[in-house]
Amino acid sequence: MIATNRRIVPTSARHSDRERGSLAVSRVAIAIAVAIAAIGSAGPASADTSGNSSFARTVAQVQPKIVKIFGSGGMRSLADYQSGFLISSDGFVLTAWSHVLDSDDVTVILDDGRKFTGKLVGADPRLELAVLKIEAGDLPFFDLSKPVPAAEGTRVLAFSNLFGVATGEEPASVLHGTIAAVTTLDARRGAYETPYQGPIYALDAMTNNPGAAGGALTDLQGNLLGVLGKELRNARNNVWLNFAIPTAELSSSIEAIRNGKNPANTKEGRPKKIDNPLTLDRLGLVLIPNVLDRTPPFVDDVRTGSPAASAGIHTDDLILLVDSQVVQSCAAVQKELAQLEADAEVRLTLMRGNDLLEVQVKPGPQGQ
Amino acid sequence: MKATRYMLQATGFVPPAVSRVACDALLVAAALLVGLAGARFAAAAEPDDAVLKAEAERVAAVAKVTPTVVCIFAKEGQGGGSGVLVSSEGYALTNFHVTREAGTAMKCGLSDGKLYDAVIVGVDPTGDLAMIQLLGRDDFPAAELGDSDQMHAGDWCFTAGNPFLLATDFHPSIAWGIVSGTHRYQYPDGTLLEYADCLQVDAAINPGNSGGPLFNARGQLIGINGRGSFEKRGRVNVGVGYAISGNQLRNFIGWLKSGRVVDHATLGATVSTGEDGRVTVSDILENSDAYRRGLRIDDEIMRFAGRDIRSANSLKNILGIFPKGWRVPITFRRDGKVFETMVRLRGVHPEGQLAELMEEPQMPRIVPKPKDGEPKPEGEPKKEAPGDKPKKEGPKIDPQPGGPQLPEEIARLFHAAKPLPPEVKKRYEARHGYANYYYNKLNRDRVWKADLARGDFSSLTGPWIFSGDLAAGGNFSAKLTDKEVSMALPLGDTKLEITENIGEVLNPPGSGGLLAALHLWRKFQIGGPSRFGEVQYLGTMPLEGHERWVDVLYGISGGVECQFMFDSSDGTLLALEMYPQTDSDPCEVYFGDYRESDGHFLPYRFEVRYGDNAFNLFTVTKYDLQKGTAK
Repeated sequence: MIATNRRIVPTSARHSDRERGSLAVSRVAIAIAVAIAAIGSAGPASADTSGNSSFARTVAQVQPKIVKIFGSGGMRSLADYQSGFLISSDGFVLTAWSHVLDSDDVTVILDDGRKFTGKLVGADPRLELAVLKIEAGDLPFFDLSKPVPAAEGTRVLAFSNLFGVATGEEPASVLHGTIAAVTTLDARRGAYETPYQGPIYALDAMTNNPGAAGGALTDLQGNLLGVLGKELRNARNNVWLNFAIPTAELSSSIEAIRNGKNPANTKEGRPKKIDNPLTLDRLGLVLIPNVLDRTPPFVDDVRTGSPAASAGIHTDDLILLVDSQVVQSCAAVQKELAQLEADAEVRLTLMRGNDLLEVQVKPGPQGQ
Repeated sequence: MKATRYMLQATGFVPPAVSRVACDALLVAAALLVGLAGARFAAAAEPDDAVLKAEAERVAAVAKVTPTVVCIFAKEGQGGGSGVLVSSEGYALTNFHVTREAGTAMKCGLSDGKLYDAVIVGVDPTGDLAMIQLLGRDDFPAAELGDSDQMHAGDWCFTAGNPFLLATDFHPSIAWGIVSGTHRYQYPDGTLLEYADCLQVDAAINPGNSGGPLFNARGQLIGINGRGSFEKRGRVNVGVGYAISGNQLRNFIGWLKSGRVVDHATLGATVSTGEDGRVTVSDILENSDAYRRGLRIDDEIMRFAGRDIRSANSLKNILGIFPKGWRVPITFRRDGKVFETMVRLRGVHPEGQLAELMEEPQMPRIVPKPKDGEPKPEGEPKKEAPGDKPKKEGPKIDPQPGGPQLPEEIARLFHAAKPLPPEVKKRYEARHGYANYYYNKLNRDRVWKADLARGDFSSLTGPWIFSGDLAAGGNFSAKLTDKEVSMALPLGDTKLEITENIGEVLNPPGSGGLLAALHLWRKFQIGGPSRFGEVQYLGTMPLEGHERWVDVLYGISGGVECQFMFDSSDGTLLALEMYPQTDSDPCEVYFGDYRESDGHFLPYRFEVRYGDNAFNLFTVTKYDLQKGTAK
């Protein structure tokens, strides 16, 4: 069950019926939430968050951990900004993996207005999350290794730079709400355009706006509960989902990226020199024309009978990873292949529609 | 995608089921119950006391403000908006973009279920504010103004108003939320509808909420709702609404009562934020007061109007809440040396331009409403440097035709009252440059009447002779007649012949034209505004060194401009500024130590300042004000 935000849909009877249905669901969610709040009472609070008292203290304590991120985009429906937060005192930043990071010049702005260039450390395509590094120290941060549990009915605060409202030293925006449901997205496969199919917190607040992805969801004490997801609309009923991925779902993957391990990381150090490297041609792959600085590596053609064809690669697949390396451009794919011997087997991670696929490609004998 | 922002007067479709629920008090109560994480109660027991207390507090805050919330209906049933009463005489604040559609007269519903006639009073197109007056009572309930600077992100707040024009009984819809951000800046459309230093809230602000109040948890007015960030989800609240801050309201309320089309302020300089975070002057107008006060290119601006400046945006933010003509303190630094001074703010618009904008039939607006559920068409905004405010498209305002339908019984009232209702007619006077000249006259006459109560000088048309001591040493004596002003000072005698242009001779030297100022003082006290020349009421503003705000009259006489400042509670004339030219420093005379003789209150102290300098302090020991001789 997924609670909806209160999106107002076209006024045709058909839609009205549907909307009434989802409102009924919201009411159920609230009823459940009331019950849960009643049963599971909170321990001693670091900030007084009972009754009508303000959340200002919690907000002030969280804001220094939130960052504003500016990168590529700014065209049509693509924002050139998004949100993130610090996950270490030495400048690791968790954010959404999106087109905003497809730039050599990703700017990370701290709560105090300090600007840094964010270097992509790695990404997890399944979670659609990325880790950036800025050269700064002694920063306040959220500790991902200590996930705080939350349940339906937990009251939450959502921190993000939605709509890019804040710039410079202006703090990010904060919205309040409640976890309306703890559920999984996989039950909705096909309904939502996302490769993530794990557990989520569905929220009753309109947290997932343009630029909000990568923001932090906290409880009223300011403990991190999860990271705000991208904007998602249910393709079947047009309802927008407001959700966060729970910390527990991402901490091991993100920690691994931070430590330079799987599932994906960008390579450090000098490239190896390979005398007879692997090439696209060898695999039977043709990527789309490399016209931009960072042309996304979409497959333009797969030669019949080639290793790529045997591996099941299709036209229009987007190559995300070559082995465990993030590849954000056609050039990056070529560069990564050049690191491999001509007859080396390579693992490619692909995005086909909303699905993530992994294929092993075995190059044929030379000259074929 | 660049977020687009929209003004929120009610228009467009009304999805009844959904919006009713959104405003449903039950939901508010439910959310409140959910909210009490600390509450413990056994299965069948009563709710925790903290829950009940919190609920009771909210109920009380809503009950307190409900009678002050106004449902505004535009003429001919073309949509409407919301407003809030700020005085028992029926003065109410709303958005300019609501009154622009409504015109001169509108119908306003209150929670008592009654519909009142209302008339436009004053407008501020730059700041999207307007004042109207509800008519027919002298005991309207008024909202209490709170301090918006005391609001922090995370504080509770609530909106009240008439979203989607739901309230057929005029009872406001309430939506609680929190402050999401303070001191936000939202770009204007051209030069109009700028939201500077505004509050961002997640309390629902929807079409129809425009002009309605934002309250803090105690039910104090902290803002006027008028704008939201909308995008592909359609033109309804997505948790990001903006309210004009209470402190901007405080600055403009008295200004709007003047019936004028009022303007906002600029410094006359542009600034930029450097890599090192310093905010420096990148350009400055040489005829600006800032320039005359010593501000130059490359100077670092440290503080402005009592607030620290940390970015060019923050200066823009603070400037945006001030009316044209106000004086605010500024602190700047050059070569390590810090300067503090007061600077007079210029208007955003050149003289007369706002009035022209007002009279254009088509204000910038109108965007074709996309079909519901479809994304809005987007332009391709220019690429901005990261971290700079992306230039937003201007706020878009939906066209009114096809807006929500008024309840039939209300719509009928409009058709019945096509000519202005008599009560409105009595209180409306059209004049170029004014929203409603009636209110300018009303206040001008009120100020003059209060001044008159402190002494009727109309028969004292003979010479005014007075003398006394100077703080700088020595004595003075002065003689003021209709034809000539003269003064004896230790440095020598000085005089001014009263001609067509008394601003040509600025005697005594160094005073900036004290003799001309004294002439205007005498002329005003004898003849009042009607015989002075052109006199208009500007509004109320603070006067440095004076506890209470002052009523300001602006006049032109003898070829010069001047401003008279009166204590707004007792009518005492506190200061006079005489401007020989538009962009020159005035001669400033501060009157004090008033004493009564023969039914006339007269100042026994004149403090005279010019530019950055104090000219002198005059202490009067003797007055001789003579009656005129019969002609």
